Amino acid sequence: MREMIKMVVVLTILSFFSGGVLAYIRNNTQERIENQVLEFVKGPAIRAIFEGAGNNPIADRFTFKDGDIERTFFVGVFDGEPRGVAFETAGKGYGGDVGLMVGIDVKNNKLMGVGVTTHAETPGMGAKAKSDPSFTAQFMGLALEQPIAVTMDGGSISAISGATITSRAVSSAATDADKIYQKLKTQIADKLKEFKK
Amino acid sequence: MAKSLTQEFVKGLWDEVPPFRLVLGLCPVLAVTKSVENGIGMGVATTFVLVGSNVLVSVLRKLIPAKVRIACFIVIIATFVTVVELVMQAFAYPLFLKLGIFIPLIVVNCIVLGRAEAFAFKNGVFRSLLDGLGMGIGFTLSLMALAAVRELLGTGMLTFWVTPIQIFGPSFQPFSFMVEAPGAFMALGLMLCLMNLVGEK
Repeated sequence: MREMIKMVVVLTILSFFSGGVLAYIRNNTQERIENQVLEFVKGPAIRAIFEGAGNNPIADRFTFKDGDIERTFFVGVFDGEPRGVAFETAGKGYGGDVGLMVGIDVKNNKLMGVGVTTHAETPGMGAKAKSDPSFTAQFMGLALEQPIAVTMDGGSISAISGATITSRAVSSAATDADKIYQKLKTQIADKLKEFKK
Repeated sequence: MAKSLTQEFVKGLWDEVPPFRLVLGLCPVLAVTKSVENGIGMGVATTFVLVGSNVLVSVLRKLIPAKVRIACFIVIIATFVTVVELVMQAFAYPLFLKLGIFIPLIVVNCIVLGRAEAFAFKNGVFRSLLDGLGMGIGFTLSLMALAAVRELLGTGMLTFWVTPIQIFGPSFQPFSFMVEAPGAFMALGLMLCLMNLVGEK
């Protein structure tokens, strides 16, 4: 009986300390980890979209509650004017969700560019959506407020050969982004003013 | 019995070097040795966990009831591994992306649990520290050696930190299978064979 109690007590105390130490370290690294994730996972896509921006789009960001989802918006400042806003949406790909960073040119009301952030598509096929810039380049300058689709669905995007599902995922993610932008347009415009330099 | 303190440290470097002599913890050895950089990262992470868990297990060895010792070891090891994981994410994110799942898997690495059970639970704190350090450094060096062979033959380059260094000229045709899974088994087998040949008297 005494041994039983000792086992319970020792394990409890050990787990208690372990939990405390981990909570402390997590609290102290959380912010840094979030920044690192932004920099290395989303950073390359954001920087590609806002090429030539005069600010650091990863540092200049704000968040909104869109229904239940919290969305992060990255701001691109060109010639002192906050003209671009980028945020992430997702489409259903062949191997799960395809994360897409979508940049919107607020001034000219068109797509500034898109970039794939996270995916689990087949290497050499669907994965080209991320590695081959000529596919995502097709989205540059497309008009908003109309569905974006691949050619076989009546749109203007030529799909990656052998990866129609991935191409559709990217197109639908871009269309979703457009819808979200139209919904939050006024709020985004208000926020963007703060970044004027 | 009664080895000197130096012997406790040195044994991990050659006589009982984990992957080659004890043939323990082969999962990360085979999986992450695609580049020297990954090998170093994995080795340092494992060394930290080994030293930490060895010391703590040794300190608590009189308090831990024998019947739940494995559970206690796992709690201690898992704590150190999670610390490594968080710190690596915060300060070396690209390395974390490459090592991925193999960092949390240190929890079930036989070397760490093996040293806690076979050594730290029966020996003093300082001896356990030296044992953990020796084993950890031995493990790191083994990973580096294996990774160097595989990377050099597989790509013609060596990556010590972030940027690869070109070793062979552009005319070198890489044996690309060396950086794939079969290359890991072959390189490990050949190194085991080599170590046995050298160690034979």
